[in-house]
Amino acid sequence: MTESTADMVQASAPRIPWRPWGFIRDLMGTAGMRGRWVVIAPPLLWLLVFFLIPLLVIIKISFSESVVSQPPYLPLLTLSDQGDVQLTLHLSNFMYLGQDSLYLAAFLSSLKIALISTVVALIVGYPIAYFIARASDRWRNILLMLVILPFWSSFLLRVYAWIGFLKNNGVIDNLLQALGLPQITMLYTDFAVYLGIVYTYLPFMILPLYTNLVKLDEALLEASADLGARPFRTFLSVTLPLSIPGMVAGSLLVFIPAIGEYVIPTLLGGPSTLMIGRVLWDEFFANRDWPMAASVAIAMLVVVVVPLMFLQRAQSAVVERR
Amino acid sequence: MKRGPFIPIVATLGFIFLYAPIISLVVFSFNSSKLVTVWGGFSTRWYGELFANEQVLGAGLLSLQIAASSATLALILGTLCAVALTRFRRFRGKTLLGAMVSAPLVMPDVITGLSLLLLFVGLQELIGWPAGRGTLTIIIAHATFCMAYVTVVVQSRLSDLDISLEEAAQDLGATPARVFFDITLPIIAPALISGWLLSFTLSLDDLVIASFVAGPDSNTLPMVIFSKMKLGVSPDINALASVIIGIVALGVVIATLLQLRRPAAARS
Repeated sequence: MTESTADMVQASAPRIPWRPWGFIRDLMGTAGMRGRWVVIAPPLLWLLVFFLIPLLVIIKISFSESVVSQPPYLPLLTLSDQGDVQLTLHLSNFMYLGQDSLYLAAFLSSLKIALISTVVALIVGYPIAYFIARASDRWRNILLMLVILPFWSSFLLRVYAWIGFLKNNGVIDNLLQALGLPQITMLYTDFAVYLGIVYTYLPFMILPLYTNLVKLDEALLEASADLGARPFRTFLSVTLPLSIPGMVAGSLLVFIPAIGEYVIPTLLGGPSTLMIGRVLWDEFFANRDWPMAASVAIAMLVVVVVPLMFLQRAQSAVVERR
Repeated sequence: MKRGPFIPIVATLGFIFLYAPIISLVVFSFNSSKLVTVWGGFSTRWYGELFANEQVLGAGLLSLQIAASSATLALILGTLCAVALTRFRRFRGKTLLGAMVSAPLVMPDVITGLSLLLLFVGLQELIGWPAGRGTLTIIIAHATFCMAYVTVVVQSRLSDLDISLEEAAQDLGATPARVFFDITLPIIAPALISGWLLSFTLSLDDLVIASFVAGPDSNTLPMVIFSKMKLGVSPDINALASVIIGIVALGVVIATLLQLRRPAAARS
């Protein structure tokens, strides 16, 4: 290299601006991170700290033992007299979970209540979604708004409204008595719990069904009618099969939150209404047994939530492929 | 196509099912009798008692503060997350980020609440922060599950957006930050507003998660209402419910009118 070219390189080199924080960028650069990590890092770190780590903490506490102290559980890692680190895992919580029939009964009862409520919500929600999808453009938006409107008002107060409706000497009871019918106890029964779940989660059933049904090609229905099928036959062999993705999506949106429901069984159900969310709550707040509450949560995740998450993912993959 | 009366009848019954409890709730809030469901004449007495109840008013104010802060935090985090998931082709941890942000949508509230509480207790032991539980821990918890909803709303808007606009700005020499603030942000603004409102409502409505992570002097409105409700029905809750339903209905009607007016203005 001659001297003159070296001078030219020197002269054309840009002036480096002074950046005191430049070392951070250099560090990130060596770690393979560029400017876009300014966007990625905040949500990623936030979710790591406040979503993923808490789940790991639950797993840790579920292997601990309940003690009367602050905080009310024993540490897993302890230092022995010789200075060794000891790891103590208590499997007692999970063994207790299998031994005490209360927990199994609560799981089964939650599944039963969630399943029945989902089926009822599907039966009630389908005609409404169908009606909205077939309504004229003008009416469609108004009806959709009417479905969504209760969702924006408080969930707690919508459950509360049913207490006034169902209780003895409540609105329905007074109506029945005015008609000369016998009194029936409705509040604080499983029936009230089904009603409460169907009522609060109905919009979640209607909306996916509606988005599915509104896309249904009218030409298919006309073709079926032209070929001589009665309306009911057309519904069974054309509309219903085509709306299965909407039915599955809506059912999952009702079924998943219904399983872990705490508020509805507590306010509308009786003392015998057993649901796993309620068991977890009582274990934590009434018994102050944090490790037991943690193992109920883990069991709930493993048995119920994770399979449903996979199902939902598979479902959305099918919808996207179409 | 010929239509039978079956579907309209069932749909009408469905709408009655949705609205009858709410309407009766509002009607009985004007009942002068203390027995909530027996009509004793018109009265606004319960509204007077409601606005004199300092516990309810204080809890309401606290809930509004928590909802506004957590919705704002969730909006920032959720928007960043949606941009990262839709606009960046590949980066380390993309699958993890996508899974973590959608998981709170299906996670039962009791598990979210319990896991966050255990984290806060553990953190306090380890590094002394957060010192005790209260408003701050509720805001963190709410922002975490609300950002999932913001991400879903913003993500769907971003993937519908014509990417050539952003590319054009980039070709004209705008930096990525400039492109975002001058082009992307104004276009996705409606999605940001609805994401914020959704988060605000979800935070205002949450009982279970707040109960786990709240401290002794941070009782939110749902927590106060819930403890009253466990004792049975009382007319002042009816009055409170009517106030909330009135505000919500007003907000939705205004939003709908604005939406109906906009296309009309664009056409003329």
